[in-house]
This record gives sequence, structure tokens and C-alpha cells, in this order.
Amino acid sequence: MSPRRDARKARIALTVNGEERDVVFAGYKTLLEVLREDLGLTGTKHGCELGECGACAVLVDGQPVLSCLLLAVECAGADVTTVEGLARGPALSLLQAAFADKGAAQCGYCTPGILVTAQALLERKAHPTRAEIAEALSGNLCRCTGYLQIFEAVEEAARAEPHAQGPAAGRPHVRTEAGA
Amino acid sequence: MKVVGQARRRVDARAKVTGQTRFADDVVLPRMLYGKLLRSAHPHALIVEIAASAARAAPGVHLVLTGADFPTAYGIMPVSQDEHALCRGKVRYVGDPVAAVIAASEREAADALALIRVTYEPLATIASPEEALRTAEPRIQDYGEGPNLHRLAHFAFGDVEPALAGADQVFEDVFFYQGSTHLSLEQHATVAALDADGRLTLWSSTQTPHYLHRELARALDMPAHHIRVIATPNGGGFGGKSDPFNHEIVAAKAALVTGRPVKITLTREEVFYAHRGRHPVLMRLKTGVRQDGTIVAMDLETLLDGGAYGSYGPASTLYTGQLQTVTYHVPRYRFRACRAFTNKPPCGPKRGHGTPQPRFAQEVQLDKIAVALGRDPADLRLQQLAPANSVTANWLTIGSMGLKPCIERVVQGSAWRERRGQLPFGRGLGMACSSYLCGAGLPIYWNEMPHSGVQLQLDRSGRVTVFCGATEIGQGSDDVLAAIIAEVLGLETTDIKLVTGDTDLTPVDLGSYSSRVTLMMGNAAIQAAERAKAILSASAGQKLGLPAERVAFADRRVFDVENPSAGMAFQEAVVAAEVEHGTLGTTGSYRPPRSAARYRGGGVGPSVAYSYTAAVVEVEVDPATGWVRVSKVWIGHDIGRVINPVLARGQVEGGVYMGLGEALMEEQAFRRLPPRLSSALVHKIPSMLEYKSPTALEMPEVVTYFIEDPDPSGPFGAKEVGQGPLLPIAPAVANAVFDAVGVRVDQVPITPDLVLAALGAKAKGKSGRVGPEAFPAVPWPEALVVPPPWEGGNGKAINEPAKSRDALPTHHSGTAGVKV
Ligand code: FES
Ligand code: FES
Repeated sequence: MSPRRDARKARIALTVNGEERDVVFAGYKTLLEVLREDLGLTGTKHGCELGECGACAVLVDGQPVLSCLLLAVECAGADVTTVEGLARGPALSLLQAAFADKGAAQCGYCTPGILVTAQALLERKAHPTRAEIAEALSGNLCRCTGYLQIFEAVEEAARAEPHAQGPAAGRPHVRTEAGA
Repeated sequence: MKVVGQARRRVDARAKVTGQTRFADDVVLPRMLYGKLLRSAHPHALIVEIAASAARAAPGVHLVLTGADFPTAYGIMPVSQDEHALCRGKVRYVGDPVAAVIAASEREAADALALIRVTYEPLATIASPEEALRTAEPRIQDYGEGPNLHRLAHFAFGDVEPALAGADQVFEDVFFYQGSTHLSLEQHATVAALDADGRLTLWSSTQTPHYLHRELARALDMPAHHIRVIATPNGGGFGGKSDPFNHEIVAAKAALVTGRPVKITLTREEVFYAHRGRHPVLMRLKTGVRQDGTIVAMDLETLLDGGAYGSYGPASTLYTGQLQTVTYHVPRYRFRACRAFTNKPPCGPKRGHGTPQPRFAQEVQLDKIAVALGRDPADLRLQQLAPANSVTANWLTIGSMGLKPCIERVVQGSAWRERRGQLPFGRGLGMACSSYLCGAGLPIYWNEMPHSGVQLQLDRSGRVTVFCGATEIGQGSDDVLAAIIAEVLGLETTDIKLVTGDTDLTPVDLGSYSSRVTLMMGNAAIQAAERAKAILSASAGQKLGLPAERVAFADRRVFDVENPSAGMAFQEAVVAAEVEHGTLGTTGSYRPPRSAARYRGGGVGPSVAYSYTAAVVEVEVDPATGWVRVSKVWIGHDIGRVINPVLARGQVEGGVYMGLGEALMEEQAFRRLPPRLSSALVHKIPSMLEYKSPTALEMPEVVTYFIEDPDPSGPFGAKEVGQGPLLPIAPAVANAVFDAVGVRVDQVPITPDLVLAALGAKAKGKSGRVGPEAFPAVPWPEALVVPPPWEGGNGKAINEPAKSRDALPTHHSGTAGVKV
């Protein structure tokens, strides 16, 4: 096969959901594509692949990033968190549990991107106002819920007593559901 | 009740918050190939030649398909079989697929697409229904009820002319409701593969696996029982995944030819072109009223921009008028509708299917009537509600009717009586009401089989598995199914194992459309569960020494209703029944009763029950910029019975959100390129950034009131909630804008430039109204005359044409895959 530009492979090491990963992939791929196609983490979604919908949001070094706009080769050494990394073992995080209880996930397609974005907000600000939540999520489109139950879920997670379960894996807001 | 009505975490919530829900594009199979469609850059052209040899020879390419590979036409409706998976001989809109490349990677497929040379011979294009009415040639489709007119309908439910002549006042308005698209966050995706037995399996983001199953059998000329369709959970549907789509049939064909799994995922731009969304509709509405505003007759004309193909168009056309009679009593009604073909992506069903447009017209006009007659718009509505348990002028049978309490709740909640007309300039309140189906009374293709089927299987482990063809599109159908079974058998929803939306494994459910699932699937589920309960009651009763009637089910136990401590675990009851009967299973099914409407076209509109909604919207209008901000919404919905309050409220809020998008900003708009660039009609804004939809920042507070007056035909009395709450929003916004700044915008979206234009006109002493000026002349056919019940009618037309059913050529009858 001719050595076409696209076919050249790249190789990087990065941390994904707390695990060291070494991955070889076609150099043109975005972080979104590498997560979904090369690492098998299909929890992260895509709605446009143009940076317009927020469905592909993941945390890179704790910051929400649109993974469809980021070339994977730029992520060498990065610490990436996807929706698959929010729960600890079988227990949902408080944020996930609140989303489940409050109806914040209808079709669930926007949910992974919104969860990680809200997670980053809560790590930055433990008790955000509704306006701050709306602002933080304004780049994440949801076509099902009308957003209100999403706001309520974030507020619910923020309200949950932060010291009750103790921080999991050093992340203040990755606490798990009581009793789970 | 222990389950129904209780707030619960939905059964699929855990999968959704952990990223484990497997949507269609998440399906990955070994040896999978990827497909891409080449789409027409011309809005209307003959295909002279397709040169694909370079693409066939390109790296990684396994297969190139063209229209020659798809000889058989298909389409969702029997009367509109006008689609081919890839165009044959002609393209009809920019985006119409002409060829497909199947390659080892998406990238290689896309590269090879660029090597295909298509020679076109451009044809004149039609951009609007008005143009279609004027243009006999060239024809976009070679069928229809007029040149470039797909469907023409004319109904006279009583003679409106003398009634209008005798009215104290007649109000006449022309309205326009712009088209919009579903914008589901998930792009359509499909994976086709041959299973180990050589049969075809298709995983797809479809709301209607059963109809897709039938159309695949037709388009591929294969027996349906050799095809399995699995509806993956949809990442939003809203009607946009209800047609059989080109890419689904192409992927299936490619899997059959290559013997390898094939995936096709549409890009966002392609989703805009696949469309099937809200029809743009121009409407002329004439209403005669008595001096107190009571309607004596209504005369409605609608003109739909259908796009290039039939899709659900014949139904959409009739929905632009048929439900106008179920909110207020309309003694006489004339309804004329026309759907034109244009060189644009086909329109189809979007949440509310054909009814938000005329509802906008009716509800805005009622507001004008109230203002003109000095009446409170709430009172004007309350004085003439359609009665419960009545039959309308067009022979729709109304059962429960809770619009009155809906209006009363929103009036109270919004302090309507104190605040409407009293707020400072720039702030205003508007009201509107609506109604929607709880499932279409007839299936898409004529048959007398059930609309929904449920099977239950129980075994000695205590396992209860329910099988149903219903499709989870985010609305919560899985949770409703589990809740109903759990309620009857005294279990928790988490005890129920669900198998849904799989044509190999589950009994047919017609699909997630027309707000039919809760009612139809729910009734089928109750029947199956009651049958299981009867078996278990008898066996458990024997063990307990009790007659079956005394055996009750709750808290995972089966016990003596008069002495609850005497009983056994649910699982022991299953064991007892399995000892007595052997393997345990039951079935349930549901088919709605026959409608009273017996005239041609009367299949659209009837439903076993109607939901009702009233909304008050508060707006702030900035007179300097024309910007409309919605600050709060109060909405009352007659739901019959709430199955899960968390989900029901989510449906209301989601409907309000989508209605606000249509009211204020959403537009599936097109523009003609300058002639030097081809005169193509292209989508103005096929991206999520430019197609404006409300974000988290625009969403107002919503106060929801549920009216629970159980309808005898619904499961535990439940009616729909998925579509109805969208319907009153746009007219309520328009009416609120009038209350705020005194101008009428008789079209949606109500954009700042329209508000400014109306304010500017008013400042110059003109009417302060913007909107369409005229309704074109349409060659209406002779009226089908159907006397209303109170004029001695029997539900039939008195001049029914002899050959009434399907005047158009139909290839449909018999079962899927059987050629006729
Ligand atoms: S897929 Fe990345 S923003 Fe839409
Ligand atoms: S839950 Fe469907 S898009 Fe948000």
C-alpha cells in the first residue's frame, strides 16, 4: 500500500480514567475518534464533530474539552477522564446518581458530555448558582430535557453532603451514591 | 398503587449515566466496513452518467453501489412508494443520495466518493409551494393529485357558507409556520451484518423497527423473516427517525453483497438533508362567531411545502386540519389542504405531526377574537370547550376531556386575571391551548392485527421477562413497560427484565410515533400481566388454601388479601405455577377500537383518547432590539394518569423547550444560489451552530400542572405526554408578544426583525401586524361532504367517490416481503 498521509500511525502514552494507556492510531484522528475507535470507550458521543454540540466533551487535565476538536497526538501525557471514569467500581458517583434520579438523562445521548462538564464545574465551585450551572452547560446541547432537570441534578449533587463518603481517588466530587 | 404514579429512577438510567447505553454508532463488529453516500449537489437534475471506475479502484474500497442496484421503490406510506435507496435517473433535492462507497475505513470511503463523476442534466427547480402551484412542468414526481401537487383534500363537515354569513362577526387571517428539523443529538447510524445463519441483521437508530423491517424486505426483495431489525436506543427521535432511510437500505445491501458487517453513520450536515421534519405551512383561517365569541363555523385552508418525496405527507396533510375540532366545539367545519412537491429535503413527522401549525393559527386568531370582542381569552375558551364523551363535526370521538382544569390551573398560577394587560410596556402574558392523539387509530398500512403486542415469560428463579417491539427513543417507554408489569404483579421495576425493539425476538409494536406507546403498549402489557397474575393466583391460592380472588400481589409477595401475613414470596408462587402448568408464558395485545369516521381521509385524526394542554407564557420584549425573552411558562396537561412523575415532567419540559425553539428561532431554511453558481436550492444553515436552538441559557422556568382524570381507555387511565405540551407554546408566545408590545406577528419563528418591523409599522400608524399577506389560489377538488352528527350524519360522506380507498397506485397489501 502506498504510504499515504492518512495512513501514517502515531503513538502516544496517556492516562485515561486513571489507567496508563499506550495507543497506536492513524495520525489524523481526533481524541474523540481514538477514545471511541482505538480505546473502545464508546461512552463519549458525537453530535456534530465540529465543536458545536458538546456531546463529545471529556476532561483533559481536569478541564472540559471538546474531544472532536482536539487531535489525539496533542494528548501525549494528558490525563483524560471520560464518562466511563466517573463511577468508582459498581457505585455511581453522586452526580451520576442525581442525573439518574432527577430525570436528567432522557435519551442519554448528551449525558456523557454534560456529566463531565458538570463534574468540572463542581470541582471548581462546590455550590454553583443556577445561573452558573446554565452558563457552564451552555455549550452542551440537549434536545430532550429542556435542561431544567439537568440543572436540578447538578444542584442535587452539590447539595449532597461532601464529607459523608469521603473523596474517592483524590477527586472531591467523584463521591459515590450512598449505600451503593 | 405502589409503582404507577411514584417518582422513580427510570430502568435505563444507570446505563445512560455510565455511558453503557449502546447507540447504533457504538455497535462495532469484527471485519466491519464503512459506507459513505455521495449526495447530489443539484436540486433537480437528470442523471446522465455515473462514472465510478476510479472509485472502485481506490485504496480500501470494497464496493460501489448506484441506483442500478436498487430497482425496487419503497416509502413509509403505501400511497407514496416514491423512494429508491440511491437515485435512479433523477435527483430531486440537494442531498439526494446517488451513489455509495463501502470501504475499509470511513476516511477511504470519503476519499473514494470524491472520485465518482456524475454527469447531470439540470432541470428547472421549484422552491416553494406557490411555485409548485404555478409550475406544471417539469414534474418532481410522476404521481400526485395535480402536477407537482402531492395531495389535495377538501372536506365539508356541514355547510360553512350560510353559517359564516349568519355569524355576528367573521375573522379572517393568514398565518405562516416555518419548517424546522428534529435536531436529535444523535446522528442517524446503522450497522448491517449477516448472522451465522446467513440472515441479515440491522441495528439502527429507528423509531419504527417494524415499518423499517417491512420496507427492507420490499427494497431488498427478501423475505421479511430472513431479516432482523434491532432498534438501538435512539439518541433522540422526535419523528426524525420514523422513515426507512436510504443509508439503512444501502448498508443492508452492502452487507449482503460483501458478506461483511457495514456501518453507515450520517454526518450532521447529512442529517439536515435527511430531514423529514416539520412542514412549512401557509394557512388561511376564517372563523365566524357570535357576539360573545362563540364559534359558529370555521373554514381552514392549508398549503404544505412537502419537499421532494412523499414520506408521511398524506398523513401530515390531513393532520393540518383534522384535530382542529377537539378543543372547542365547532358546529360546522370546512377543511382544505394541499401538499406541494418542492426541490428540498422531504418533510415528514416532527413532534406534533402536522398539528402545531394549524393550532398556532387557531389559537392566535382566538386571541384576536377575544381582544376584538373585549373578552378575556381564558373565558372565551372556557365557554366553548368540546364536551367530554362527544363526537366532533368531523367524527372524532372524544373521551375524557380535561382542558377546563388545565386552563384554570395556569390562569391561577400565572395570576392571569390580575396581570394580563396590566404589565408594563414590554412585558406580557399569552395563553394558548391544544390537544393531541394518544396513538393513531389506524396503522400506516391497512391491516386488522394488533398495534402492540407483549409477551411475558416467568420461571422458577422468579425471573419475569417482558418482550415487546416498542422502541426507546428517550421518552421512557422501557420504564413505562416495566412499571405496568411491576404494578400488576406486585414487583419493582428493577425486577423486570426487558427485551424491546427487536423484530426477531419481540412481538410487533408499530413504533414510537403518534404518542401511541404508553396507551397501546401499556394496554397490551396489562393484558399479559393480568393473565400471568391469574395463573399465579390460582396456583398460589391452592397452596394457601384460598380462592384465587383472595390472592393479592405486592412487595414481591403473593398473599391473602384478608390476612397479608399468610403468603409466599413471588418466586414461590412462580414455582407453584410452574409445577402445575409447566413452562410459563402469557401474551397481551392491543388494537384500538374502530373509529366513527367512515369517510375517505377519516383514518387520520381518530384516536382512542386525546390529551389536552393549556399554557400561559410570560415574555419580555425589548422594543429597541425586537428581542423576545421568555421569562416563565405555566403549563397544565391533562395526562389521565401519571405513570412516573419524573419522566412525565421531563416530557412536558422537553416539549416546552422544543416549542420555544420553533416559536423564536428554529428554521429549516433554504436559499437559491445565484445562477452563475447553479441556481441550486441549498440549506442555509446545515450546522448545529447556525441552526439556532435554545441552549441552557435561554430556557425559562416552567411550572407544570398535571391533571389526572383517568381515561377509561388508557392503562391505569394514562394518556400521552410526549407531544401535546409542545403545541400551545408557539401561539402562547405570539399572544404574549401582543400583550407586551401590542403587535401581531402572525408567523413563526418570531424573530427580532419581525418584531421590529411590526413595531415600526405601528409607530407609523399602520396595523402593527406582520405576517403573510395572501393565500394563493389552489385548484381545490370537489368537497367530500360529511354531515356532522348533529345534522343527521352517520360518519360517512354523502358523495363518497366509488373507488375511494387509495386512488393512487399502491404496491402495498399483504404482508412484508410478499410481492403482489
Ligand atoms: S461532537 Fe464535538 S462538539 Fe459536537
Ligand atoms: S437527553 Fe437526549 S439530548 Fe439530552
